[in-house]
Amino acid sequence: MTQAVPPERTTSPGSVVLRCENVVKVYGDVPVLHGVDVTVREHEVVALIGASGSGKSTLLRCAGLLETVDDGQIWLDGEDITDPRVDPDQVRRRFGVVFQAYNLFPHMSVVDNITLAPRIVHGIAPAAARDEAMALLERIGLTDKADSYPDKLSGGQQQRAAIARAIAVRPRALLLDEVTSALDPELVGEVLSLVRELATQGLTILMATHEMGFAKQVADTVCFLDQGVILESGPPSQVLGAPVEARTRQFLARIVDAGRL
Amino acid sequence: MTTGPSAVELDRRAYRRSRARRSTLGALASTLVFALLAYLTITNAPGWPRVRATFFDLEIARESVRPVLAGLWVNLQVLLIGAALVAVLGLGIALLRTLRGPIFTPLRIVSTIYVDIFRGIPLIVVLYLVGFGVPALRLEGVPTSGFVLGTAAVVLTYSAYVAEVFRAGIESVHPSQVAAARSLGLSHRQTTRLVVLPQAVRTVTPPLLNDFVALQKDVGLISVLTVTDAVRASQIIVGQTFNFTPYVLAGLLFVLLAVPSARLADHFTVRALRRQQGGSR
Repeated sequence: MTQAVPPERTTSPGSVVLRCENVVKVYGDVPVLHGVDVTVREHEVVALIGASGSGKSTLLRCAGLLETVDDGQIWLDGEDITDPRVDPDQVRRRFGVVFQAYNLFPHMSVVDNITLAPRIVHGIAPAAARDEAMALLERIGLTDKADSYPDKLSGGQQQRAAIARAIAVRPRALLLDEVTSALDPELVGEVLSLVRELATQGLTILMATHEMGFAKQVADTVCFLDQGVILESGPPSQVLGAPVEARTRQFLARIVDAGRL
Repeated sequence: MTTGPSAVELDRRAYRRSRARRSTLGALASTLVFALLAYLTITNAPGWPRVRATFFDLEIARESVRPVLAGLWVNLQVLLIGAALVAVLGLGIALLRTLRGPIFTPLRIVSTIYVDIFRGIPLIVVLYLVGFGVPALRLEGVPTSGFVLGTAAVVLTYSAYVAEVFRAGIESVHPSQVAAARSLGLSHRQTTRLVVLPQAVRTVTPPLLNDFVALQKDVGLISVLTVTDAVRASQIIVGQTFNFTPYVLAGLLFVLLAVPSARLADHFTVRALRRQQGGSR
């Protein structure tokens, strides 16, 4: 296979942070991604929408190197991270990943969850890591939960703590995998407003979401995934407001029927 | 408002109390009846006077307390040294069995064979093979004491069981925990040490304590290697007096030793259950 020309290496505003090109992923005999192209630029929020099973989560897991791609390439800051010669641990520490089911470590307090990677992976002194974590917790209004264990927190609080854990390592890009899907409706708001705040502060975000209203407000680009391919992508006003593809219109109509837009 | 429970609720509570009292009394009565029947049956058995003289001779019991206790101290040493070694070896084998990747296949196969063999052989056979087989090799520098070889045999057998317990614990940690740790950039080793093992050990503490209780009594088997432990000490007195009271005494002492550990195991089991059922996830 010929090596494609990597994107530019600079990180000036607007430069490409994450680029997926022709990404293919097959589970057993089931093809999940059929050649997906997505580009996320610095300070940009890209939302992946689509039905369950359309490949949104798989794409995020491939980008975060939690899965190995079966074809195609993914670049992070101009480095081909799908190259097996690249140390995956070195790549993963540059991402922050937030999962649908929070995945906090149940045997560690909230603050220990947040300081684990800074201390162990990034070699920050425990006291300094704790100070930074406490500052983060203050920003997200969880100071009083710092020494609580995750099972004492509500779902919304757990997810906010999980987001704090992901951004504590100052990632180049944040990968959010349906971060509100496991939450009770009245807890969705607190998590979305935190993500909105992060987007406003200029974090680079690639997220899978079912919250169309939120995608419309926050995303710079919306990609509609259908059966492992991106059918349509562009600014939210176009993809969500005036979709070209029949499948996109059908999907959005169903969402509207369900009262989610 | 300081109104107490309603009349309906008070009536329900009174009824439940009366029911509880009745079942407590019933249970107490049936226990007493059973104990009395057992006592009468045994003491009226034709051979009872002989059994009492041979198994429950207070005079012999008093004389054998000292040597049997000295033997129990040997058992206790084997138990504590053995348990520590079993914990280390068992965990090591469990970790070998969970390693992935083709380079580790030989290690994985060896540890699987080890577990298969030592879970299958009766402990007493291992004791004979190690205790008498190893000294027969007459290798330079290899210990020949029954104490050391007996401990080794116990450790070999129990490590196989404990490895399986640890492995079950490691596999019970949800893959999403590993994904979360790896996504933060933790290596496979760091993930195992800081995320998987702490959760696994917590899950398997009750079954591990159960294995500890089992080990506590099985250390009595090293007496077959002529180590003067509690069982062997009793055997010596039995050989001199033709009275089995020292065995009863040794048995009682082993039970006394096991009770605290058993209660501890129960305590941890209940706590683990409560934690699992109390969690909202």
